[in-house]
Amino acid sequence: MADDSSAWQLILAGDPVLLSIVRVSLAVSLSALALASLVGLPLGAMLALLRFPGRGLLVVLLNALMGLPPVVVGLAVYLLLSRSGPLGAFGLLFTPTAMVIAQTIIIIPIIAAPTRQSVEDFWHEYRDELTAMGVGPIGRMMTLLWDARISLFTAVLAGFGRAAAEVGAVMIVGGNIEGFTRTMTTAVVLETSKGNLPLAMGLGIILVALVIAINAVVWTTRTWSERQAG
Amino acid sequence: MVGTAGGLTVRAPVTDLPLVLDQVSLDAGGAKILDRASLTITAGAPTLIVGPNGAGKTSLLRLCMGLLSPSAGAVTWGGRDDRAPVRRAIVFQRPVMLRRSASANVAYALAHAGVPRHARAARVSELLDRVGLAELSERPARRLSGGEQQRLALARALARDPEILLLDEPTANLDTAATRSVEEIVLRAAQGGIKIVMASHDLGQVRRLAGDVVFMLRGSVREQGGAAEFLDHPSTLEARNFLRGDLVF
Repeated sequence: MADDSSAWQLILAGDPVLLSIVRVSLAVSLSALALASLVGLPLGAMLALLRFPGRGLLVVLLNALMGLPPVVVGLAVYLLLSRSGPLGAFGLLFTPTAMVIAQTIIIIPIIAAPTRQSVEDFWHEYRDELTAMGVGPIGRMMTLLWDARISLFTAVLAGFGRAAAEVGAVMIVGGNIEGFTRTMTTAVVLETSKGNLPLAMGLGIILVALVIAINAVVWTTRTWSERQAG
Repeated sequence: MVGTAGGLTVRAPVTDLPLVLDQVSLDAGGAKILDRASLTITAGAPTLIVGPNGAGKTSLLRLCMGLLSPSAGAVTWGGRDDRAPVRRAIVFQRPVMLRRSASANVAYALAHAGVPRHARAARVSELLDRVGLAELSERPARRLSGGEQQRLALARALARDPEILLLDEPTANLDTAATRSVEEIVLRAAQGGIKIVMASHDLGQVRRLAGDVVFMLRGSVREQGGAAEFLDHPSTLEARNFLRGDLVF
């Protein structure tokens, strides 16, 4: 049993290897989060407001995709980006870009599905007032996204939590290259199998702290906004 | 309708009056909500729509606003049958406040009524002043009391600079003081030339506000005429029973 005091020492001393891994992790997951929000929020809102044939199927599919196994996404992106794949010419496999692509795909449904639900609920409440005020389709979407902002913030943070904690996809398309594509989760897998438990545990502690911090932010925002807006 | 003159966008004077309902029926899931109701609304003193619950007052107002389309018959505004709201506004029985401050709610209505950004701030304070909410302008709208929300809904409706203001029992859930302030705002709007069309089942309110009365029962218009005439000498038996306080339905 490695003593966990050395894990804390690594964190407190700001171990450069550990810091670089955390940096890669955050850069990849935050980029994926930004892209997924850019796609997922309007996608969810459009799915909530537009009526077209096959919409129900799409809603079911989107909800199902929330549980998409990251390894499957990793495999699909791997096949797309590998030398012989359709996007192989870009040489993106085993780069942070590939990891961002995979994580973006994983978290788009995690953001879009609850967005769809919230915007639809708000639409039922707001429909008459907005119609009576002569608000057009784009205006409706913007209004509902803004007024549902607290729920959407929760969805976005859930997406970030998912991206940061995910290991299967980044392992496959990133390749766990030290100082380049090694993230907290892939490093934990590797260091544990090597027996370097202090580093593995240090990263584990940071991951858990991150998840707790996200939930603290969600909770604080919710209580604050309930006091504000009612 | 929209033309450009000297770099300025000017709107041709479009009017929503007269508002005409011609033999309008409304079916919902097999039930007849409205049955060949006809009504002509022209400029003038407030028109109060009275009748028991379930008579079709709310549906009639929603049709007048263009929020519903009739199953049969036609609704026209100034001769047009385009349902997009132009010079009309509605206050619902339970208005929905946007999750923003009181002033932001009014600014939102102004923006969607086509008021340019630079002119909004002054109009917001003027409108909040008009409904007596100037002090509460930065309060989150959903934190306001029922009466205050109703007044904010009036400010939002007035922001559209309407010719016709439709009101669906705006004082049904309010106490006396709140009812009085809503009625004062409505009366001032009427004096300012806005045509008021308001559903009510409070006969005292009808007496206080109405220029003329539309009496509805089971989805059709049973009587229409001057308020004093209707209240003192109703011509139908149903109206007589309703005014006497009998349970008609």
